[in-house]
Amino acid sequence: MQFGVFTIGDITQDPTDGTTPTENERIRNTIAIARHAEEVGFEVFATGQHHNPPFVAPASPPVLLSYLAAQTEKLQLSTATTLITTTDPVRIAEDYSYLQHLAGGRLDLTMGRGNTGPVYPWFGKDIRQGIPLAVENYHLLYRLWNEDAVDWRGQFRTPLQGFTVTPQPLDGVAPFVWHGSIRSPEIAEQAAYYGDGFFHNNIFWNFEHVKQMVSLYRQRYEYYGHGQRHQAFVALGGQAYMARNSQDAVREFRPYFDNAPVYGHGPSLEDFSRMTPLTVGSPQQVIERTLTFRDWVGDYQRQMFLIDHAGLPLKKVLEQLDLFGSEVLPVLRREFAALKPDDVPEAPTHEWLVERRRRGEQPVPGGREGSQAWIDEQESEGRGE
Amino acid sequence: MSDGFAPVNTDPFTPEARHIAVVAGGLGDPSSTRLLADRLTEAATAALSQEGIVPEVHVIELRELATAISDALVTHNNSPALADAIDQVEQADGIITTAPTFKATYSGLFKSFWDLVDDQGIVNVPVLLGATGGTSRHSLMIDNAMRPLFGYLKAKTIPTAVFAASDDWGEVVGAAESSRTSPLQSRILDAGEDFASVVARLKPRPRRSRGEPKPLEVVSFKNLLRGPGS
Repeated sequence: MQFGVFTIGDITQDPTDGTTPTENERIRNTIAIARHAEEVGFEVFATGQHHNPPFVAPASPPVLLSYLAAQTEKLQLSTATTLITTTDPVRIAEDYSYLQHLAGGRLDLTMGRGNTGPVYPWFGKDIRQGIPLAVENYHLLYRLWNEDAVDWRGQFRTPLQGFTVTPQPLDGVAPFVWHGSIRSPEIAEQAAYYGDGFFHNNIFWNFEHVKQMVSLYRQRYEYYGHGQRHQAFVALGGQAYMARNSQDAVREFRPYFDNAPVYGHGPSLEDFSRMTPLTVGSPQQVIERTLTFRDWVGDYQRQMFLIDHAGLPLKKVLEQLDLFGSEVLPVLRREFAALKPDDVPEAPTHEWLVERRRRGEQPVPGGREGSQAWIDEQESEGRGE
Repeated sequence: MSDGFAPVNTDPFTPEARHIAVVAGGLGDPSSTRLLADRLTEAATAALSQEGIVPEVHVIELRELATAISDALVTHNNSPALADAIDQVEQADGIITTAPTFKATYSGLFKSFWDLVDDQGIVNVPVLLGATGGTSRHSLMIDNAMRPLFGYLKAKTIPTAVFAASDDWGEVVGAAESSRTSPLQSRILDAGEDFASVVARLKPRPRRSRGEPKPLEVVSFKNLLRGPGS
């Protein structure tokens, strides 16, 4: 089980003292948070991709992640998310491939469509084509990372003849990809088709819905023959604020909650905590709540936490990381490990992917010979469809 | 553990049942908008019973959901009560809905609720409209404001609708002073019958058991890869 922190890089006024960090301060704070996350024992740091204020998450995540690769030793670097709809897949292939080399393989990506309307026209795209863009662009990216010279013609970018990505992925193995979607079954299907991971950023959604999306992904993962459904790769979001004493946590966090971007000025902290994974309380409460996620989605590989938004000052964020490192993560790791059957894989690392490839067990998009998808395909061809 | 996308069935126990969602948009308690919804519901269910149909009525009072509706608009998160109300509407075989007239149109709360209903949620579902207002000068609110909304949702909006001005609640069938217009009660009976005759003609819609989420539609990735229109 991997635990990580993910950030959207929002620049928000601290409602308790009226101060707002500058862009430079927020960027520097992000570096400090990522480094401290590694120090306290988190495995993963992920950044969003943003093209509009008040966010300083980079327009190109590899800019930030390359710097972090040089500043950290073990931390797995990731995105939440890389905008597959509005970013040229050729640039994604080139930039992340280079970053994968710099980071010594400590890199994976999460693909997302993005829900900020104007970003699409800013990059010459149409938001109504969100799903087709995600499908076609990722298919090109997949081919660029897995084939030598690519010939390509699609709807959304200029054609390619004999195009080879440089640098080629490290050790000939592409970074692992998660596909993130809150409510589009097409994206769960896409993740299953390629044998990739599925990330449900459930921080604003109720668990009945999360369970339904993850179940669909798991069922289709098995259909495409990449493994049994309980062996598919699932990552979840989460959100927490802790103090040793739960009343202090609620008292300290309430002004940040009430004024937060996205959900502030809406439901009460108490209602929102019931409806979503947000947990404000003692470390023990965060442990207990997080363990229940498994009851909804089965054994999963990665748990991300949002801890640095809504104007929380750096000092408070670093204290949260300390509490996670000293009290929460050791217990969660032990408890999740005790519950996980042996045949459920851990989150993929570069070394694991290289080894899987050496054994010739990398997933075949659409299903390996003998999978149910393959059998159905043979039958439909036999009927001349 | 249910996967949540198993096939759904119509109500297996009472095949002649039709589920009627009543969405009352009044803001007061008691509310004349709710009263109009109740009268329309009585008329409709009586007419349905005449046709051998067992009406199952689910009343949704928007006033009780006001906070949940505004929370949902700003967070995309539906409270359990709101989620249940939307489920009832999106699975109804017929809908009766009433709104008060504010500033020449329906109230913001009424619009906000319908904004949360899926665009495909009530396509072809019979909808009976009713509205209340201070005077009969607002009568066209139903045609000018409510019909376009349900037109957008592609509902089967019943041509007969009922506007109840404050004065209408004092009129009685057969009384001399009611000769100016057809009295409220007879307009309600006509509308209820028109609505019932359409509901009775249509097959019941599939229903899920309570709390079971909407099934996810699985699109084969091969079709997605071929691109739109394949």
